[in-house]
Amino acid sequence: MSALLEVKGVSRFFGGLAALTDVDFHVDKGEVLGLIGPNGAGKTTMFNVVNGFYAPSRGEIRFKGERISGLKPHQVCGRGLARTFQVVKPLQRMTTLDNVVCSAFLRHPGRAEAVAHAEEILRFTNLWDVRDTVSKRLPLGLRKRLEIARALATNPDLLLLDEACAGLNPSELEESIGIIRRIKERGTTIMIIEHHMKVIMSISDRIVVLTYGQKLAEGSPAQISANPEVIKAYLGEGDD
Amino acid sequence: MRAPVANPGRGRPLAVLAALAALPLIALVPGVNANYWMHNFILVVMWSIIGMSWNLLSGYCGQVSFGHAAFFGIGAYTAGLLYAKLGLSAWWGMLASVPVVGAAALLVGFICLRLRGPFFALSTIAIGVILRIVAENLVGFTGGDQGIMIRERTWVEKTWYFYIILAVAAATFWFVDRLVASRLGYYFVAIREDQDAAESLGIDTTRYKTIALVLSAVICGLAGAFYTSYMGYIDPKVVFALHDVSVMAIMVVMVGGVATRWGPAIGAVIMILLAEIIRTIPKVGTAHHTLFGVLLIVVIIFLPNGVVGDAGALRRLLRIRRPS
Ligand SMILES: Nc1ncnc2c1ncn2[C@@H]1O[C@H](COP(=O)(O)OP(=O)(O)OP(=O)(O)O)[C@@H](O)[C@H]1O
Ligand SMILES: [Mg+2]
Repeated sequence: MSALLEVKGVSRFFGGLAALTDVDFHVDKGEVLGLIGPNGAGKTTMFNVVNGFYAPSRGEIRFKGERISGLKPHQVCGRGLARTFQVVKPLQRMTTLDNVVCSAFLRHPGRAEAVAHAEEILRFTNLWDVRDTVSKRLPLGLRKRLEIARALATNPDLLLLDEACAGLNPSELEESIGIIRRIKERGTTIMIIEHHMKVIMSISDRIVVLTYGQKLAEGSPAQISANPEVIKAYLGEGDD
Repeated sequence: MRAPVANPGRGRPLAVLAALAALPLIALVPGVNANYWMHNFILVVMWSIIGMSWNLLSGYCGQVSFGHAAFFGIGAYTAGLLYAKLGLSAWWGMLASVPVVGAAALLVGFICLRLRGPFFALSTIAIGVILRIVAENLVGFTGGDQGIMIRERTWVEKTWYFYIILAVAAATFWFVDRLVASRLGYYFVAIREDQDAAESLGIDTTRYKTIALVLSAVICGLAGAFYTSYMGYIDPKVVFALHDVSVMAIMVVMVGGVATRWGPAIGAVIMILLAEIIRTIPKVGTAHHTLFGVLLIVVIIFLPNGVVGDAGALRRLLRIRRPS
């Protein structure tokens, strides 16, 4: 059985800048993989390469055993890989419900079925009460959660969460962690970028550490928090 | 706040259609120049179609076109050339324009839709200008500057022309209504609001932008084909005009209300009325472009969502109280 997602020797250059250099890792079905690293380490770039926004300069990405590098983002999403954005991108002048309906259409072409599916997702992510709010009026915490809801409505097998918990207050954080756990329980595999150490350590089954675009370490939360190199490169310098 | 996705109601459009269908009765009113009024009614209806066309691509899907004259002109020339080259009735142009304009729009989409935002808008200006120049210079095919004259008028009376264009407008309204409430309509608005987000949600943005463009172009082309039969004369400077067609299409929708259901129709009424009023002011001449420009600025400042989108603000502005 091969892994759900395989990242093989992936590099990505922006002009002279190597945002990713020869990165290898995989995500197993059913697990939560944490992706951590200091600011500018290349985590978001990795998501952009995996989801098809950028083609890898070298290397390849395989999903469910098939090569997906070179596909467009909508094709990648169609194959069951959805992502959220670190800098949220709500469909501003649409309501919360309509935002989610847009992505529910992917698996439910009829409007009634799409709306029903979207409503189910809104209940699941505790956004039901703001379903009729125009999304640009939502507070940041709820916009972050809308990102999750929208990605979830495409019925992904693998969900990429880019700092979905950043900037949340303690109660919102609690709620989002609960939702992420429940997503995992539904059988959706998750890859999550997070700066919050407590969150990442408690939620992840395995962790990959990036620094300067390279993989520094990989292992269980216990192994990672005990790894002297990681502590030096990441935990040591100004943990937030 | 404009509704991103319209909620189609039932009764009102039919009532409006019935009222419009009664307009030719104006001929029975003594002392009224019925021909003059029918001409303006026809123009209003035709412009509401062009407005609905622009609204589909630029209002709902967010791909702002400054080149709708291209599609209007191709529709007009399809009808004109069927007559001039094949000796057919120009009315066949309304059928033939659908595949012709559709194919042209596919080509335009292939070239322009890879560009985003203002770059797309600029490229559409270029398409309109290029087509005008081509029509002016392919003298052997298009008749060049001379344009094309349809010698036989189908009717002297304007009534049937009015009913034909009204039927096209009603069909377009119904079609756009259905479309906007469907998956396609949601996708168009999603693309307008954030193309990257739409793409990452599984929406093939290139494909759906192309669909919006082709549908919009075909609708606009129908108006152009009708124009040829109705006016009996087409000229490249008129049917491919940047300000009198492309910019007028934008103004109709901006004044009426972008991405609203009734905006294009209401905008067409206002703009045609205004054009007539300006025309009757002595010695204005080409200064009417200036006046239109000033109007556009006023609209953008005070009614950014148009008469329909800012109905509430407009009421306050005019101090009209809601009936309580
Ligand atoms: N489109 C781009 N063009 C040029 N450089 C880019 C581009 N995208 C990312 N980079 C650069 O690549 C590097 C990695 O950026 P990335 O956003 O992946 O970091 P990150 O790990 O997500 O950081 P953060 O924790 O701050 O979100 C940075 O130096 C960034 O400036
Ligand atoms: Mg990032």
